[in-house]
Amino acid sequence: MMQSTISTFPPYLSLAIWLPILFGVLVLAVGRDKNAGMVRMLSLVGAIVSLLPTIPLITNFDNAAHGMQFFEEAAWIERFNIFYRLGVDGLSLWFVPLTAFITIIVVLAAWEVIQERVAQYMGSFLILSGLMIGVFCALDGLLFYFFFEATLIPMFIIIGVFGGPNRVYAAFKFFLYTFFGSLLTLVAIIYLYNASGTFNILDWHLLPLTMKEQILIFCAFFMAFAVKVPMWPVHTWLPDAHVEAPTGGSVVLAAIMLKLGAYGFLRFSLPITPDASQYLAPVVIVLSLIAVIYIGLVALVQKDMKKLVAYSSIAHMGFVTLGFFMFNDLGVQGGLMQAISHGFVSGAMFLCIGVLYDRVHSREIAAYGGVVNTMPKFAAFAVLFSMANAGLPATSGFIGEFMVILGAVEFNFWTGLASGTALILGAAYSLWMVKRVIFGPVANKHVAELVDLNGREFAILSVLAIATLAMGLYPAPIADTLQVSVTDLLQHVAVSKVPQ
Amino acid sequence: MNEMNTTLLSAVDTNLVPVYAEIFLLIATSAILLIDMYLKAGKRNLTYALSLLAIAGCAVFSFVDFNAGTTVFTFNGMYVSDPMSNLLKLFTYAATAMTLVYSRQYIGERDMMSGNLGGEFYVLALFAMLGQMIMISGNSMLSIYLGLELMSLSTYALVALRRDHAISTEAAMKYFVLGALASGFLLYGMSMIYGATGSLDITTIGQVTTANQADPMILVFGLVFLVAGLAFKLGVVPFHMWVPDVVQGAPTAVTILLGGAPKLATFAIIIRLLVEALPSMAFDWQQMLMVVAVLSLAFGNITAIAQTNLKRMLAYSTIAQMGFVVLALVVGNIGGDTTDAAAAYSAGMYYTIIYVLTTVGTFGLIMMLARAGHEAELISDFKGLGKRSPWFAIVMTILMFSLAGVPPMVGFIAKYAVLQAVANAGMVWLAVVAVMFSLIGAFYYLRIVKTIWFDEAVDTSAISTPLDMRIIMSLNGVAIVVMGVIPGSLLAVCYTAMQATLAK
Repeated sequence: MMQSTISTFPPYLSLAIWLPILFGVLVLAVGRDKNAGMVRMLSLVGAIVSLLPTIPLITNFDNAAHGMQFFEEAAWIERFNIFYRLGVDGLSLWFVPLTAFITIIVVLAAWEVIQERVAQYMGSFLILSGLMIGVFCALDGLLFYFFFEATLIPMFIIIGVFGGPNRVYAAFKFFLYTFFGSLLTLVAIIYLYNASGTFNILDWHLLPLTMKEQILIFCAFFMAFAVKVPMWPVHTWLPDAHVEAPTGGSVVLAAIMLKLGAYGFLRFSLPITPDASQYLAPVVIVLSLIAVIYIGLVALVQKDMKKLVAYSSIAHMGFVTLGFFMFNDLGVQGGLMQAISHGFVSGAMFLCIGVLYDRVHSREIAAYGGVVNTMPKFAAFAVLFSMANAGLPATSGFIGEFMVILGAVEFNFWTGLASGTALILGAAYSLWMVKRVIFGPVANKHVAELVDLNGREFAILSVLAIATLAMGLYPAPIADTLQVSVTDLLQHVAVSKVPQ
Repeated sequence: MNEMNTTLLSAVDTNLVPVYAEIFLLIATSAILLIDMYLKAGKRNLTYALSLLAIAGCAVFSFVDFNAGTTVFTFNGMYVSDPMSNLLKLFTYAATAMTLVYSRQYIGERDMMSGNLGGEFYVLALFAMLGQMIMISGNSMLSIYLGLELMSLSTYALVALRRDHAISTEAAMKYFVLGALASGFLLYGMSMIYGATGSLDITTIGQVTTANQADPMILVFGLVFLVAGLAFKLGVVPFHMWVPDVVQGAPTAVTILLGGAPKLATFAIIIRLLVEALPSMAFDWQQMLMVVAVLSLAFGNITAIAQTNLKRMLAYSTIAQMGFVVLALVVGNIGGDTTDAAAAYSAGMYYTIIYVLTTVGTFGLIMMLARAGHEAELISDFKGLGKRSPWFAIVMTILMFSLAGVPPMVGFIAKYAVLQAVANAGMVWLAVVAVMFSLIGAFYYLRIVKTIWFDEAVDTSAISTPLDMRIIMSLNGVAIVVMGVIPGSLLAVCYTAMQATLAK
């Protein structure tokens, strides 16, 4: 993996990380509930300004180049040979603009809903956005860990302060589950440093490790990333966190935070411990299939809309991990496509639920029925996003799932068959929810009093709908950027690192 | 150093430069004591200002020494000024000065400066600091012990300063009895080692033991008592019993004086007495300390969960945090290999410094919420602080996450440095044990964050604090984040200081 050691100028990645954090701190510093209007405007400006440096990443990205692009490097903690080292390749590229984009959506979605402690809400999301971009860009092990852990703090505050009735429980569960996983990762990172004398992740990719070391390191990383994804059976924090979190929190959780774990597998587990990854792949594949099938069934019986979408997120992320661990082009690319698409679709699903919740203050499916009669515009969006969630062709949800299933069939027929059932289950729970909530006669007087989308809500959902359809109809630009990096990764994983 | 020893008995070394700070502080404190006698009640702000000035003066002397970066012995080798001692002294000054700023209003509102009490709080605090400085620089068991006793006697009196307050008096009694016992242990251990080596001088003891010229039986016997005494002073399991009662019972202003700066001095004497004096016994004391570390991590973290009193919870958390410091001490000598010793011990030193800065801030915030007649020491007193005072709620959140070791706070870097040293010694299992107990620890720190932000305020009265306290407290909080994001320089300074100390 060749790359120049000269930092890119202008430092797009640093700007993408630090602009939202600076704006977040600024919002926290000047914001009071008295000047809530100003806080909202400032947050929106901050979110939009933060998106700007991510645009050149896409336009200037060289699809044919190997290794890292937009590389930046500076000494950070010289005592331990730790560097502030950033860069993106095809695996991480799309998550950077996705994060910045979702942050704008979140700021807009909270415009009228959050009336108290506005500055703390907006500030937390802006800071969180910068930290998550940092995770995707970091090429230094400790820097990665620094960002990875720091994301817990704003999310903990968001769930705990702005969440539902059981928010304290959910916030603690969220924090402690993920903290547990990442602490073991810290030990693994330190071990790798002691073995290699560097924190450079790209050097770790080339570090020879015995099978025993690889398995232990793999397990340590697995604890952190599996909890974050989340994989069955360490998924139980997610439904709690989703149900209690405010709409914006759920959107960011589903759209970005879960991807931190998925990305970790590609950046750490597969390339650093390729032999252990191959050796333990059957375990991961079985766990992923359990997530796809069993969690799909669990989603089917949910009474709470947010819980249903939360479980469907777990099932979809099962597809992502399934794709990664089959070690073929289609699988890994499909997993990445699925991860990016899930960012739009799950975000949109949670926003739709938020729209209903703001009006009726209930997330129970039984509290609705016949929403299409009073909110036709909303119903159109809800149906579209549910279809995308079910993986309907021409929506972004289809691309990833289809590629992963193709990859699975190539890998092993029965795995392919088992993963294929997800399409049926996904359709079942998504459409059944649509049927019960959207269609049918008006169920009660709350539904009869519903007011359709206002301009702001319409704009947000339209943008997401365009993204979903665009990615579904013309996925080539995204797929092209992934190609080289995925091929390189698979070639790297195919070579044993066990010293002979 | 060798020529030093030959001159030990023959010539009197009267180089006073290394002790300028101590001499200055002694004179200044005595002067403050006299001036304070003539001050009317209510005019004690002068005592406060003079005390801070005295500390600032010491800082100038130590900083000049620190900048020179040299190692100078004086008083026949009984006293040493090396980079480690000057660095630790500078942070001792900082911690003590912060304590004085944080406690000015608190002691004024309680019967700690009224009646027949004058500015004793300040004078005793300065004498305690002088004791710490002597501990940090002591290069003979005698001078170390003198410093320890000067500090201990001052703090015994400080804990008992509210003599009409039942809980404080009880805490003072416990602290005195157990502290005296610990001093006894230490003294007994020292006498054994003196008996085995024939010297009180740390450097000479180091040479004699390394050359295997001492009776190992007596040495080990003395070592056990030495370690027990040090563990008492550090407040680690199984010699931790006094910590929760004293921390909770003492007036909060005194709690910081006990729980803050003295940890730095205790760390210094551990380095002198174990690492410098008994390097050849490393295998023995590392084993003892390893048990102590693991037990402290386990006991401190698990017991802290059950507390409802914030001061008591922080006391147990201190036990666990000190466990981390001890962890760094057990990995300096890996089966006789001391190439990474400076890295390990400097990680412990860094951890101690960071811990002290964080803890002083935390107790300072407890005092900030306290008012006349109300201690604000229950966790529930912090309910809804996020609405009462968002800025100081953020500061408290920063401090808690730092203690829990979550980035970007500096507490994470400190934990990382120690874990790095532990893993480097090949004890990955020990690192895993440590992080698992940190996970448990995270729970109770998070509970404070929860109380601050998620709970509704019971007490909605505005917080009134003097400006100096607000400024220093804000700087304290900001420093914890900034040092976490830019930790490089202090880590490097600790490392080079420790290298110089070990090389002498």
